[in-house]
Amino acid sequence: MTEEAAAPLWEVFIRSKRGLSHNHVGSLHAPDAEMALRNARDVYTRRMEGVSIWVVPSATITASSPDEKDSFFDPAADKPYRHPTFYSIPKEVQQL
Amino acid sequence: MRSNGPIERDLAGSAVSGGDAGGAVGDAREAEFQALIEADQRIEPRDWMPDAYRKTLIRQIAQHAHSEIIGMQPEGNWITRAPSLRRKAILMAKVQDEAGHGLYLYCAAETLGVDRSELIDLLHQGRQKYSSIFNYPTLTYADVGAIGWLVDGAAITNQIPLCRCSFGPYARAMVRVCKEESFHQRQGFELLYALSHGTPEQHEMAQDAVNRWWWPSLEMLGPPDTESTHSAQSMAWGIKRFSNDELRQRFVDMVAPQAVVLDLVPPDPALRWNEERGHYDFGPCDFEELRRVVSGDGPCNRQRAAHHLKAHEDGAWVRAAAAAYAAKHAASAAA
Repeated sequence: MTEEAAAPLWEVFIRSKRGLSHNHVGSLHAPDAEMALRNARDVYTRRMEGVSIWVVPSATITASSPDEKDSFFDPAADKPYRHPTFYSIPKEVQQL
Repeated sequence: MRSNGPIERDLAGSAVSGGDAGGAVGDAREAEFQALIEADQRIEPRDWMPDAYRKTLIRQIAQHAHSEIIGMQPEGNWITRAPSLRRKAILMAKVQDEAGHGLYLYCAAETLGVDRSELIDLLHQGRQKYSSIFNYPTLTYADVGAIGWLVDGAAITNQIPLCRCSFGPYARAMVRVCKEESFHQRQGFELLYALSHGTPEQHEMAQDAVNRWWWPSLEMLGPPDTESTHSAQSMAWGIKRFSNDELRQRFVDMVAPQAVVLDLVPPDPALRWNEERGHYDFGPCDFEELRRVVSGDGPCNRQRAAHHLKAHEDGAWVRAAAAAYAAKHAASAAA
């Protein structure tokens, strides 16, 4: 059996401390989810880098395509009025 | 419009793969790639990239990963004979870090569309290399100190600029590696300092280790700029930021004053501060020896390769058992 079939790839996400979200840190091979979690602990948290780990089979992730990044993210490009800096406020108003 | 598949992985042979994009589309992609490089932006795995860029990175990252894994051997040799529990705990943590660094790097290489098992096969076939430095033997415990101070010091000099490498996953792996590597260098320095300030025999042991590791550490930074085959293109692509000779100078400038504090003398009569240049002068490296060791004829090349192959084969039943267990439980969960 090839390594790919016997031990598929998992993406690893770690919450570095309470109050923060899980961040992607890398990937690893493991035969199942439980082993993936244990391997992730050994590979990515040897110095208490995390308080919680998610592992996700890489093959199950759906990603946007870099080829269509312009059109895909276009709708947000021409809407500066969504940002507070779009609005001019009289100088005498110090905080708004 | 969207592609299923590993989040950070280029799907080999798919439309996003480089090289096959001919004509106007190919030109536009090439231009976009160049623009990203020139703007000092990062290239991410699913971006279009030239085939040669991909191949160069696979070669370099795999070689780097293999170095971390093979690099466990010279020091692992001393774990059972550490002089104290403190030193043993430190050495085990360090060797475990090397395993971790290898895995971060295989993970980065895999985002380019190769599988780790392919890379390990290439290593076993001798078609991919690892750093020349790990083909030298570790004769005494002082070598653990000299490796930490000199070998890891040289590695850090090489790796810090790689944190800004143009390929995102490689750069991110290097940030992690560099953070952990600084403990490696400090424990080595501390070990040598303890020996050097111990009994005369211990001092001599430390000096002997430095005598043997000094030149190989300078040489591991690569052939001189005049002979380096991959450098120019790698610099243009933002994979490499400084030339081998620049890195070597930086390394010597860093460790020469530290040797004074250690009360150990580097085995180079030409080593002295040059006021005019603002750098240390040092003698010529034996690049003929480097060539010999890289091409397979160092003191421990065969031993290192054979040990890796044996460990891999001895572990096959563990991988098979874990896969069988996973398959059985997946089947019973589905039933």
